[in-house]
Amino acid sequence: MSVALNIFSIIAIAAGVFFFFAGSVGLLRFPDRLTRMHALTKADNLGLGLVVLGLLPRADSPLGALKLVAVWLLVQLAGATVTQLMARAARREESAPRSSP
Amino acid sequence: MSAATLAGLCGAALVGLGLYGLVTNPESLRKILSFNILGSGVFLLFGIIARRGAAAGLAADPAPQALVITGIVVAFSASALAVALLLRLFKETGKVTLGADPPTKSPADGTGV
Amino acid sequence: MIVVTAVDIELAVLVLAVAAWTIAARQAFPAVVGYVAYGLLLSLVWVRLYAVDVALTEAAIGSGVTGVVLIGAATRLRGTEAEAAAEQPRAFLRLAAAALCVGMTVALAAAVLLMPDPAPTLAPEAVAHLPSTGLGNAVTAVLLAYRVVDTMFESVVLLLALVGVWSLAPDRDWGGAPKFPRPAGQDGVLTFFAQLLPPVGIVVGIHIVWIGADEPGGKFQGGTILAAMWIIAMTAGLVDAPQISRCWLRLVLVAGTAAFLVIGVAGFAWAAGFLAYPEGYAKPLILVIEAFMTLSVAATLGMLVGGPPQQELRR
Repeated sequence: MSVALNIFSIIAIAAGVFFFFAGSVGLLRFPDRLTRMHALTKADNLGLGLVVLGLLPRADSPLGALKLVAVWLLVQLAGATVTQLMARAARREESAPRSSP
Repeated sequence: MSAATLAGLCGAALVGLGLYGLVTNPESLRKILSFNILGSGVFLLFGIIARRGAAAGLAADPAPQALVITGIVVAFSASALAVALLLRLFKETGKVTLGADPPTKSPADGTGV
Repeated sequence: MIVVTAVDIELAVLVLAVAAWTIAARQAFPAVVGYVAYGLLLSLVWVRLYAVDVALTEAAIGSGVTGVVLIGAATRLRGTEAEAAAEQPRAFLRLAAAALCVGMTVALAAAVLLMPDPAPTLAPEAVAHLPSTGLGNAVTAVLLAYRVVDTMFESVVLLLALVGVWSLAPDRDWGGAPKFPRPAGQDGVLTFFAQLLPPVGIVVGIHIVWIGADEPGGKFQGGTILAAMWIIAMTAGLVDAPQISRCWLRLVLVAGTAAFLVIGVAGFAWAAGFLAYPEGYAKPLILVIEAFMTLSVAATLGMLVGGPPQQELRR
């Protein structure tokens, strides 16, 4: 049983790390701000979600597992809000004529 | 070499980096940033002393850790005060540096309030 | 003997690289963003040093609140870099400074490598006296029992910094409220966030203060989270920044230091001296101090981020 859980943890965390890697590659390679933010969102939502999923069987108590899920939800909330604010700021900056440096 | 020694060497390098920024960058805001990096390097040196003092079932000596926590809070207070002073300086004179000879330009520049 | 793992080496390289970039960046705003990332990486280093209390403090205060203050300043000072660059010291001076800094680093590195063995430690003594404090977290015991005078003066330092910031207000704004910049064109995104997050954040903040007695956490870390919730609500415009002449605000600001002083002076009467706790009452007294300090820390950090008052006094 514990072997199966360990394998599950390893697979889930490795998949999460892959999404983080993909997100970071996107951040470095994508051409403009909106697509770069889009890449990061993938890492935040899916990558962290998979890492949390992989860690869940290793939590020492149900409360600890709940905290892990809460961390994921809070990061999603903060990430979504900040990305929205940054994207809006970027669009406003693009549409506004550059008056002063 | 242990992980703690590596962190200590990292702290030593951070002190050097922060000191360089503090000395060479003319902008006051960047000086505040550099000073914070210098400070966190010093804190890391406390970190290696704490980690090396692991004993009695603790993974690190609590006394240096408590000192660092105090230090981080005091560093923030100092930074907040320095930033407020800098913003006031900018508002009054339009300058963001502390050059040796402030009135280098003619007063007709109109940079004041 | 603990061997260095790839994670430690990678972290050290990343921390140094981000720090170097922060110092070398041409513009102030990216430098500040680099500094925030640097602080978060540094808190990972603290986790690797098994100093979780410090890691929490570094992430919350060293990176978080300091970052907010610095980002605000960098935004207001945007576009001043070119003028300042003219004052950059000559190459010769920069080289001399670099030599000095390398020398400093080498000296410190030598000190790190030549540390005495076995290392001096206070850990056994800290653990030996833990039962008399009723606490489980030795770091909290140092902060609130063994070296409690340090912590009291730390609360005074926070207050003095705030008095210093406030005293920079022009005369006409004295007693008024600080101004939190409102991001334009947010269309309720921030408002929604500021309505949703604080109930959760307040619970998390109080939780971190409460478990600080036995596990990593405490008043500074928890108080910073509470301060962050207040700052978000003020930035979103859900609550007004208080006028600095408000009586309740000033009472909250001094509550922590006052609790220290009252319990400290009472120590003369019921225990061995200033800030000594009577036998068996250490834990409840520490909790009282922590509760008041949490309020004060949250209020002081919030007001420090707000800066000097910028709006005229309304009566």
